[in-house]
Amino acid sequence: MRAAWALARREVIRFVRQPSRIVGALLPPLLAWVLIGAGFAGSFRISGAAPGGSYFTYFFPGTVVLVILFASIFATISVIEDRREGFLQGVVVSPAPPLAVAAGKVLGGSILALVQGGALLLLVPALGLAVRGPELALSIAVLVLLSFALTGLGLAIAWSLESTQGFHAIMNLFLFPMWFLSGAFFPASGAPAWLRAAMAVNPLTYGVAALRNGLSAVTHPELPSLPLSLAMTAAFAVAMVGLSAAVIARSPAGPEARALGRGKSG
Amino acid sequence: MADARSGPAVAVLGLSRTYGDRLALDSVSLEVRPGEVFALLGPNGGGKTTLFRILATFLPPSSGTFRIDGLSPADGLGAIRRRLGVVFQSPGLDRKLTVRENLLFHAEIYSLPRREAARRAGELLERFGLADRAADRVEALSGGLARRAEIAKALLHGPRVLLLDEPATGLDPLARRTLRSALADVARADGATVLLTTHLFEEAEAADRIAILDRGRLVAEGSPEALRREVGGDVLVLTTDGPDDAARLAADLRERFGPGAGTVSTLEATVRVERPGGHELIAPLVAAFPGRFRSATLGSPSLEDVFVDRTGHRFDEEAA
Repeated sequence: MRAAWALARREVIRFVRQPSRIVGALLPPLLAWVLIGAGFAGSFRISGAAPGGSYFTYFFPGTVVLVILFASIFATISVIEDRREGFLQGVVVSPAPPLAVAAGKVLGGSILALVQGGALLLLVPALGLAVRGPELALSIAVLVLLSFALTGLGLAIAWSLESTQGFHAIMNLFLFPMWFLSGAFFPASGAPAWLRAAMAVNPLTYGVAALRNGLSAVTHPELPSLPLSLAMTAAFAVAMVGLSAAVIARSPAGPEARALGRGKSG
Repeated sequence: MADARSGPAVAVLGLSRTYGDRLALDSVSLEVRPGEVFALLGPNGGGKTTLFRILATFLPPSSGTFRIDGLSPADGLGAIRRRLGVVFQSPGLDRKLTVRENLLFHAEIYSLPRREAARRAGELLERFGLADRAADRVEALSGGLARRAEIAKALLHGPRVLLLDEPATGLDPLARRTLRSALADVARADGATVLLTTHLFEEAEAADRIAILDRGRLVAEGSPEALRREVGGDVLVLTTDGPDDAARLAADLRERFGPGAGTVSTLEATVRVERPGGHELIAPLVAAFPGRFRSATLGSPSLEDVFVDRTGHRFDEEAA
């Protein structure tokens, strides 16, 4: 699988050489965390939760997931640019199998998402969260699964799109709502029944719950149990990576081969 | 290189391609010989890019088949792809990577032995005048250099056939000339076959043989010289000061010399006269119309004349 490794390495090299991408993926979620956290700090109370937990601490796991979501989106949206620039055509007509392309893109994007999400864990001591070795290992494992899940999902979407505008539309209509309804922003316990139902079927809910469990010393009876959360998150990751591979295998040349007939084709 | 196969490097066998109900390629058959530079010439919408994409294994044909170095898609795309070097019209280099990184990335994608790939990359960069730019990012290169880097990349795995889609587009005249000699060199030095598409007569003129595609059909195939000869006669071009002058001169010319003048037409500020023995007309013209034209050029028919002769319409008319 040299082709997959080469593609993954290229993703990382490109990322490092475009500092604006690092800023773009890390800063907005951090800014949201600081502003929203400060805004809600005085008024937020989780019913039945241990007292003393501020909104900053509540919002933190969700912020980490948002960083991973942003990083995955940026990493997979590059597929559209690669195709427009012509880089991807060169890979498509190479002997490398389409699955290597999928594997390389998912691997590269996941590494970037994981590094960026993991960078936020450096804030853990400053937050005064009681997190030790086992909890940290659990958190990182959850980040790995979420990185693969969201990168796989992003790639499956991006592969069939011809423009980055299309991706932005899907991002606003689908990816962000998925995050809003994951328990990242507000707990399910206080939400109306229909919203709770939506949150229960949202696979991201379980990732956020697993991370919340990992990042705190107290138990959370209001959340899905840890084994369930981990199992659902792992299934989410496998399903999304599989979906991206299926989308690429079904249409190895991407939308352009279909689009040729509409425009000028020479 | 020591391939004993004597068949064509590229055989196109009744290829058709439709997009919806539009027929972009209409049962085209042609052969490209090993070691030649072959140009697919045609206007936009003529079908040459569609043919290029099918041969590059980027797009499946609707019907018909093709062979690259004797192998058809039924033998497996992987085998064909290893024998092909492909240069798309949009740059296939990663602009954020250096020239050398791009070549080594290509080596990974094609699973070339690393040491051999590094050696060959060095050779190709040297040969294409890129050795001192190897560590520069592609985004820092000029259009001509980037195109050469791309060709070097496409040659890294030693393809038997190099396919290029409109390689001259966007290059200045000097870079075009460099490109032409580089491609001729690929055919002679590497023994590879070069198949390129172009909508520029000048580029097609430099090829060993050409095929002209119009509205999805093959309208001519042969060496530029042979195709021009088939049109017959000479072309006398009189350059005037403007389209109006040209039109008046053409009318007067027809009146004065009658049908014996040959085929008289105007193209912008020029009057074109096609006839056998074009030189016989020059002295009478100069005597009859002093000062009415600035220059008279006698030549054999151009590829544009071939195109007009075979299709009955001008080259720049949109086919769609």
